[in-house]
Amino acid sequence: MSATTYAGETAYDDALADVADGATVLVGGFGMAGMPVELIDALIRQGAGDLTVVSNNAGNGDTGLAALLAAGRVRKVVCSFPRQKDSWVFDGLYREGRVELEVVPQGTLVERMRAAGAGIGAFFCPTGAGTLLGAGKETREIDGRLHVLEHPLRGDVALVKASVADELGNVVYRKTARNFGPVMATAAETVVVQVDRVVPVGGLDPEAVVTPSIYVDRVVVA
Amino acid sequence: MSRSKDEIAAAIAADIPAGSYVNLGIGQPTLVADHLTPGSGVVLHTENGMLNMGPAAHGDEVDPDLTNAGKIPVTELPGASYFHHADSFAMMRGGHLDVCVLGAFQVSAGGDLANWHTGEDDAIPAVGGAMDLAIGAKRVFVMMTLLARDGTPKLVPACTYPLTGLGCVDRVYTDLATFEVGPTARAEGGVRVLATYGTGVADLRELLAVPLVDATSSPSLSGG
Repeated sequence: MSATTYAGETAYDDALADVADGATVLVGGFGMAGMPVELIDALIRQGAGDLTVVSNNAGNGDTGLAALLAAGRVRKVVCSFPRQKDSWVFDGLYREGRVELEVVPQGTLVERMRAAGAGIGAFFCPTGAGTLLGAGKETREIDGRLHVLEHPLRGDVALVKASVADELGNVVYRKTARNFGPVMATAAETVVVQVDRVVPVGGLDPEAVVTPSIYVDRVVVA
Repeated sequence: MSRSKDEIAAAIAADIPAGSYVNLGIGQPTLVADHLTPGSGVVLHTENGMLNMGPAAHGDEVDPDLTNAGKIPVTELPGASYFHHADSFAMMRGGHLDVCVLGAFQVSAGGDLANWHTGEDDAIPAVGGAMDLAIGAKRVFVMMTLLARDGTPKLVPACTYPLTGLGCVDRVYTDLATFEVGPTARAEGGVRVLATYGTGVADLRELLAVPLVDATSSPSLSGG
């Protein structure tokens, strides 16, 4: 199925109308670069709760992911780096025991999503072997090096911010705002991409497409 | 005289071979970039998806879509490339990065690194890309002071802080000395002292609980 384009005043809300309570939501971005703020705001208005959020960080300041956390919609955060200068919303909830945290090394976090999108059952990874984050995991020595078994991380929904899409759902990104977007776009049941601009089919150079249309369900432009 | 942070950074920059692909960790290691000469051809990698990263952006150059791993706005150099996070970390784990420079709470004589968690009960754990960088780069250089604020050595027989990676550190550049650590050094009798600053090997033996081999007269890349 090719992507559906959502445009106009209620585009973000329409694109997220069916997110269910208890969903696992992959949220792109590294800090604010590539952070799909408008989609997160729509998710807050939509009202789904008991969410598991997978993202590199656990919210900055009081907007975006931090606002979703503050609204009490998140049961669990899976991320690599929750603690930042401006992560006071997450820090407070965590210390009060109101949100669960799974810390995953950044490369393992993204590779687990890559595995989910690529149909890999699990993989042995040297990162974290012999550390607290490898504790309790199955291990194997491969070529003299200790590895831990890591499992795929799949989302029900992925929220991705990109630069330009065509009407079929092919996507290009901008600079380091690409970060987690292309991988998250492969790893969720429903992939929603917000872009600055939509062009007609044929309007993107096929050699430059980063996320091919097969992965994208919904394109949102406002 | 002991070395300043800038002098340590300059020593590390001098030991990075020309044309290397290098990741500089968040914090003090970013100072190394100031001492890399344009002619060295060193290409900087940032784990949020870029090669040939340029210096920090100022004024009109600031672009919210172009930041480094510390989320600070940066610039791109000619020959830059962008890629997604899975590719970026494949570059590390796959052994494609020549050197990475990291800060540390502790390094053990065997090259174990502790730099992500103080181990305090109420600390919120946050690892970022530290573990991937530690085990991935071909050579891992640590930049740190030799002593913690309370005066205890940070080069130790075994780390007491939670580990980032096992046996992954090659060299430790400090204010007082440069050391070679890791399984090879240990097999040859102990941590090799490559150079000292404002102190001597005998004093370091008093200070540190690890066996030291005096290699200060051996040739090394830059004299440490």
